[in-house]
Amino acid sequence: MSRTLLLIVVILIILPAFISDFWLNQILTRSIILGIAALSLTFLTTYLGVVSFAQITLAGVAGYTIAYFSPNTTGLGIELPWLFAVALALLFSTLAGAFVGAIAKKSVGIYSIMITLAISMAFFYFTRQNYSIFNGWTGFSGITAPVAFGVSLEDSLVFYYATLLSATAAGYLVVKFTSSPLGLAVQGVKDAARRVRAIGIPTTPVIIAAYAFSGFIAGMSGVLNVWQQERISSFSVGLGPTIDLLIIAVIGGMRHPLGAFIGAITYVLIDTFVIDLFSRDRFNMIIGLVLLFIVMAAPQGILGSFLSAQKRIRKYDNNAIKRKIKNDCEI
Amino acid sequence: MPLTDGSASNQRVALNLKGVTRRFGSFVAVDNLNMTIKTGERRAILGSNGAGKTTLFNLITGDFPLSEGSIEIEGVESSTLPTHKRIQAGLRRTYQHALLFDSLSVRDTLLLAVVGIHNKWPLFYPLKKNSKYHEKAEALAKVAGLSSKMDVLVGALSHGQKRQLEIGIALSGDPKIVLFDEPAAGLSPAERPVLTELLLSLPKKLSVILIEHDMDIALETSNIVSVMHNGKHLLEGEPEEVVHSDIVREIYVGKRQ
Repeated sequence: MSRTLLLIVVILIILPAFISDFWLNQILTRSIILGIAALSLTFLTTYLGVVSFAQITLAGVAGYTIAYFSPNTTGLGIELPWLFAVALALLFSTLAGAFVGAIAKKSVGIYSIMITLAISMAFFYFTRQNYSIFNGWTGFSGITAPVAFGVSLEDSLVFYYATLLSATAAGYLVVKFTSSPLGLAVQGVKDAARRVRAIGIPTTPVIIAAYAFSGFIAGMSGVLNVWQQERISSFSVGLGPTIDLLIIAVIGGMRHPLGAFIGAITYVLIDTFVIDLFSRDRFNMIIGLVLLFIVMAAPQGILGSFLSAQKRIRKYDNNAIKRKIKNDCEI
Repeated sequence: MPLTDGSASNQRVALNLKGVTRRFGSFVAVDNLNMTIKTGERRAILGSNGAGKTTLFNLITGDFPLSEGSIEIEGVESSTLPTHKRIQAGLRRTYQHALLFDSLSVRDTLLLAVVGIHNKWPLFYPLKKNSKYHEKAEALAKVAGLSSKMDVLVGALSHGQKRQLEIGIALSGDPKIVLFDEPAAGLSPAERPVLTELLLSLPKKLSVILIEHDMDIALETSNIVSVMHNGKHLLEGEPEEVVHSDIVREIYVGKRQ
């Protein structure tokens, strides 16, 4: 798998040489940003065993923070050096994640969904009705991506590579976190929380840490999203994007971090080209049908089904080799 | 009530249960139970199903709160301490129905048990492969007889291997009191002597409480036996004495006509 991952990254590095600006900005970069947000959700689902509807909220916390502390045309906020702004954005999204975890710590299944959905909707209405920080309905616009280390992130190619680097870092962090003691404890809580306590580990801080970590990952996508869209408003943290993220996670599959990105690119392709094939109004019907198909035919998502198929083929190959050896021996 | 003391009276007390009671509604699962476990003591608890043995373990570890009474671990009042604090104080347990992390490997499970006891669980970066915690996990696997299964997922282990892993986890760190909840349940006749040997080879200073329906294992590995019935601690004494007592015969076989 690691060799496959490396190959994918190499392909993604050279891909911009062969595609148009439209594909680079609207398909690839957008997919990767959505993929990072979906990764924060699949991390929680796969390793902690909860479904959180608050991931768009956490990305939104980082997005609003970066908007507030960056140059913008809204006339609101304080301009800070971009690195400080990014650090603050990630700090706030991590703390917001911890806050969500502290509230949802004892909930699993439908209850974690309801609690995180409630938090997400509370944040949506708060941003919509508060004008002194969030500028209400209209939000922030005209936010410019910074010049980082001498290169402007407004350049679409540079921004694509920054996004790709962030996604690779997010994937790397998830893999490392899940094999750390804290990450193992998170997985332990999913399997048997009582047993985690019976080996001397309190479960509440473990759950809060998992949500906080997912907040950090979601925050990465929140920052990149605002830099790409150059705006953020209450619509960015509404119910629509919240459900879209769940759809992405289900389509891609939750068994492996890569699933989030496969789900994201599938979603973006449908979102972008369904207008050409049918009409904009038919988007929900198409994505609904895709979702239905995935849930019924491939409940492990696209990546999960691919991995299962690969395993079956390998097993078939091995059996064929064993038969051949047996035949040869008999001869 | 006690037939005999069962062990030297000048030994330190590892676990002291005073008036321990647990009610579920009007049902009294554990009823005003008093028990003193001395350091190094090996105690088997006998009793029919529903006698309150596992509930007692759940009360000692803090899985259930007490309705009344007090629990002292190593002389420290622990009745209101959360489970993980009692574990940090030296208490360990196995579960009647293996309660394990099915999606983790044996290695990761034992590593988690080790870092849990050593309070290193908040580390959010992977430990080096040659860290002392990995070494400790390997050592536990050796004691539990699972060295060759380190990279197998716990969910893929056989029932007997899961039981072995439960014991491995219970021995992590420096345990002072270990509660074994029916460790032989579901084991094949061939696996039982291995378990007996493992229980007999535990360090002498370790206090052990064992719930076991297999009388041979219970009597061979204990030096004091308690009998529970309907949540009450009926009697305690040396294995031979208790087994031949009329009360035990009544509980298991019924009254003589």
